[in-house]
Amino acid sequence: MNQPVIIFDNVSKSYPLYHHITGGIKNFLFHLPKALSSIKNSRYEVLKDVSFETYKGETLGIIGKNGVGKSTTLGLIAGVLKPSKGKVVVRGRISPLLELGGGFHPELTGKENIMLNGVLLGLTRNQVKSKMDEIIEFSGLGDFIYQPIRTYSSGMYARLGFSVIAHLDPEILLIDEVLAVGDMEFQKKCLDKMTGFKKSGVTMVFVSHSMEDVEKICDRVIWIDNQSIRMTGSPKDVVLNYSNLN
Amino acid sequence: MRHNIIDLVIVLTQKEMKVRYKSSFLGYFWSIANPLAFAFVFFIAFKIVMKIEMESYALFLIAGLFPWQWFSNSVNISPMVFLGNASIIKKVNFPRNIIPFTIVLQDMIHFILSIPVIVLFLFIYQKSPSLSWLYGIPLLLIIQFLITFGVSLAVSSVNLFFRDLERLTSIFTTLFFYFTPIIYPETMIPETYKPFINFNPLAPLVISWRNLFLKGTLEPFYLFISFFYSILVFVLGYQVYRKLSWRFAEIL
Repeated sequence: MNQPVIIFDNVSKSYPLYHHITGGIKNFLFHLPKALSSIKNSRYEVLKDVSFETYKGETLGIIGKNGVGKSTTLGLIAGVLKPSKGKVVVRGRISPLLELGGGFHPELTGKENIMLNGVLLGLTRNQVKSKMDEIIEFSGLGDFIYQPIRTYSSGMYARLGFSVIAHLDPEILLIDEVLAVGDMEFQKKCLDKMTGFKKSGVTMVFVSHSMEDVEKICDRVIWIDNQSIRMTGSPKDVVLNYSNLN
Repeated sequence: MRHNIIDLVIVLTQKEMKVRYKSSFLGYFWSIANPLAFAFVFFIAFKIVMKIEMESYALFLIAGLFPWQWFSNSVNISPMVFLGNASIIKKVNFPRNIIPFTIVLQDMIHFILSIPVIVLFLFIYQKSPSLSWLYGIPLLLIIQFLITFGVSLAVSSVNLFFRDLERLTSIFTTLFFYFTPIIYPETMIPETYKPFINFNPLAPLVISWRNLFLKGTLEPFYLFISFFYSILVFVLGYQVYRKLSWRFAEIL
């Protein structure tokens, strides 16, 4: 249980502001000198010298205000972002839970989207096929599964998305505030599933604004504020401090 | 690193095909209707109104328009391919070039499916397909795939950084359409301008397709130049993609 699977070693991440190019090629060429200097100089630092480790089987919560870099942290773990400085090491297969409708195509049916989503997240077609019935069952969408998902409500989208991810046999699961839209019954189902994952040793990183959920499932919580980690500790302590501040 | 690359290509291509055909039940006919409509317009303009001196001009037109359609469809949609998949790119780490790859693959399949229409026109003009198609078609398919994929990679990547590239792309494909001998034969280009067509990577390719379809011949000279261009364009496009791809999730 004490082997770290996610290691952040003095990680900094800054984005160029990219405002020099939002005006398109035309603006870029007409204001060339200014644009070139702004590429070099204007950067926005999101994380600065952040270090932490997550151990196998642990559920790590990340909390903090909007825009402090929680999603950036998930992006760095998922490997879609590169750190500007420092090193990110991840051991194991990562399954990110996509945001609403991400990786879905509105014109395809629920069933076709399960295939699309499953393969995008790293399964083979045969693996998805063999789990198809289970996924449909779990989603509880019934006959809607044969309808194009543009007819779905946002809660139904979330159901479908979580159902796929729940059957991926994940090693490291990244969950970014997506469960909030489901109804009570489905939220409970998700939390149960996550508790099940915990028992089977899946590592989870959970970003949420629901302090209740964080306290319920996390083993440890990181509070990110002002580009760095403000506090790490047991869910109870961190949530208490965080709530007092607001 | 990923064991399911082939499955990913299959599923994404299926998705494109399904989406395209599901929204209109005349699916297949729409994909050939476009080049046929263009052929019809050019036939009226040049053969009937301007009375150009050419035998079987309708056949000549579609033999060039069908391959062109593949190129221009793929390239014109390229600015949108990464933008349209932003939510996946931001969350999942997979080779992003698969998306433009499947777009080009899908348009290639449409082109292959449209070859029977060319055969039909051959029969109308009392000609017939040639045995050389057996090796000629696969060869030219590969060449055109590389060129199209190269352009598509570059356009789709750069468009994330300069979002007005989309407009430039359609201007350029239109310009290239008229600079490429599609509605006129290369033999009609005045001597002074003739050398210039070799600077157009698409000209030797379209000429090769047309010769193959109409006469069953593959001229080594054109074949060689178009092969050279396909490698060049692909390598350049891939470099652009490689340099920019790690920033995709940042800018989307």
